[in-house]
Amino acid sequence: MSRITKRFDALKAQGRSGLVTFVTAGDPDMATFQKILNGLPAAGADVIEVGVPFSDPMADGPAIQLSSQRALKHDIGLKDIFASVAAFRKIDADTPIVLMGYYNPIYRYGGDAFAKEAVAAGADGVIIVDLPPEEAGELLPALNKHGLHMIFLTAPTSSDARLPAILNNASGFVYYVAVAGVTGTKSAEEDSVKQAMKRLRAHTKLPIAVGFGIKTPAQAKTISALCDAAVVGSAIVEVVAQSSQKNGTAPDAVAADVHRFVKDLAAGVR
Amino acid sequence: MTVVQTPNTFRAGADENGHFGIFGGRYVAETLMPLILEVEKAYNAAKADPKFQADIKSYNVHYAGRPSAFYFAERLTQHLGGAKIYFKREELNHTGSHKINNCLGQILLALRMGKKRIIAETGAGQHGVATATVCARFGLKCVVYMGTKDIERQKPNVFRMKLLGAEVFPVEKGTGTLKDAMNEALRDWVANVDTTYYCIGTAAGPHPYPTMVRDFQSVIGDEVREQLQEAEGRLPDSVVACIGGGSNAIGLFHPFLDDASVKIIGVEAAGRGIPTGAHAASLTGGQPGVLHGNRTYLLQDKNGQIQDAHSISAGLDYPGIGPEHAWLNDVKRVQYVSATDDEALEAFQICSKLEGIIPALESAHAIAHVLKIAPPLPKDHLMVVCMSGRGDKDVFAIADALGTKM
Repeated sequence: MSRITKRFDALKAQGRSGLVTFVTAGDPDMATFQKILNGLPAAGADVIEVGVPFSDPMADGPAIQLSSQRALKHDIGLKDIFASVAAFRKIDADTPIVLMGYYNPIYRYGGDAFAKEAVAAGADGVIIVDLPPEEAGELLPALNKHGLHMIFLTAPTSSDARLPAILNNASGFVYYVAVAGVTGTKSAEEDSVKQAMKRLRAHTKLPIAVGFGIKTPAQAKTISALCDAAVVGSAIVEVVAQSSQKNGTAPDAVAADVHRFVKDLAAGVR
Repeated sequence: MTVVQTPNTFRAGADENGHFGIFGGRYVAETLMPLILEVEKAYNAAKADPKFQADIKSYNVHYAGRPSAFYFAERLTQHLGGAKIYFKREELNHTGSHKINNCLGQILLALRMGKKRIIAETGAGQHGVATATVCARFGLKCVVYMGTKDIERQKPNVFRMKLLGAEVFPVEKGTGTLKDAMNEALRDWVANVDTTYYCIGTAAGPHPYPTMVRDFQSVIGDEVREQLQEAEGRLPDSVVACIGGGSNAIGLFHPFLDDASVKIIGVEAAGRGIPTGAHAASLTGGQPGVLHGNRTYLLQDKNGQIQDAHSISAGLDYPGIGPEHAWLNDVKRVQYVSATDDEALEAFQICSKLEGIIPALESAHAIAHVLKIAPPLPKDHLMVVCMSGRGDKDVFAIADALGTKM
């Protein structure tokens, strides 16, 4: 059984929803990122999304755009990210790690090499924002061969007629994008998420995580009560930005600020 | 050994999933996917509707001024002493470039779809002006995203868009050029899915845009075929066009793809020279990758990060190229070459002085290549160049580049 499945089963057994935290690899630099990553489980992250920075993050709002730019100043590539995940795995064997980003860096790396090395490093799944089911056929065989979950996105615009095509190849969990928009701008609304969960549950037995537009512990509490996990990204990345501006290159101080915020979020979902 | 199969026709693409060989496709976020499918469905229905085709034709004639003139460039021909050179005068269209062909088509489609708000990206401002113009004509709200660097070098077009009632949003991110403007337009679209139609300016982006834009621009090549038949009684021997995303080029090329005797040449922007890395020639200097909804040749680094393009011409300053061009390159039907900033500047001046036609800096790249290849060709070689736009918008930038005070 995969780490993702085990973790969601465990959450179910505890009778609570999970917290999924997003941080961009290499933001603000690789050493600080490693400190942030390593401390996330203790701060209360149940699943960790590691953002693969991209020069043209079309689906992201300003916070994640800026975090990608900070990371790319250090010329971060997939090899660096795999090394970082492997280092994390030495101290944590259980918390699932999902790589999240855009297709081009993976395509350039080669789908088979990507899947093989990601799994070897200890990653469990991948979310590729601009690879819809219509185009995913070229990558899925490599992911299946090496055992990396493909986590598909569903959106408010995904019609019922479309859902089976998306969910047929989904594994691990399903990601519901709660707002029509880019990351970190609008706020997720309780009623529309409630409706969407009803629609999605009719098509899948996989756990459902909801993200985009969850910024505060209170919002995380409200939304996580409706689904299996709440995803927080932009708000965490903004703490990275503010803290690294305030503290300069002080990895411990920046990581402490991020972990403090994640603790508050985790308290919200518990 | 791999053998590149020559297809029976070069004009059949894209396939039903929007692919030209391995290129094209629909690489967009799930939130946009249903919209793109909706655009495709609406376009297929419109294409088959005689009323839609008749409307386009009527606006092309009465509003845009089509057919555009076809002109024997006599003094340039004499100057070069070789091939007989014709200009397809797209710069004489309403708004001063070929961009109006596409905007009329797409905005008539948006009206059919009941959309009230149109967004667009623009580099040189030609597509922005054409979009703002057609939106004004039909009373639609228009928002144009434009990089800050491009706003600086294309001021006359920025003012024109504002006069036409469009909102121009400056995009500072990245290099402040066309690619960044396109990212921002996509972000707008994903946040305004119900009301908004995205009018992409070039033959790129997710399916069906590359095919749809090509269809609307093919009026260029269709007219050239008729006009040259009338003038010379035969097909051209070669056709030449500049390429950024490649919409004027695919419009000129597509009707001739299956005429094996017609040599087809696309001219990319070599900027300061390909070896310097400061260029916009994605076929010459790029590798296949995925950006802005399609797979195509892209300027990128070893990690798959998109690199900044450079060209003196804002309209060619883009690190990608339309997917059909990527495919035509790989199947070797079209020859893709490049011209540097300096070569374009020289061609710009020669064309202005010899023909009394001030070309857009974009079109000057096509002329630059003509200057290279026309002289040794026989006098009965018929060469058609697409004069995709007029150069009034560029005079400030040219004065700067030539060190002239205006």
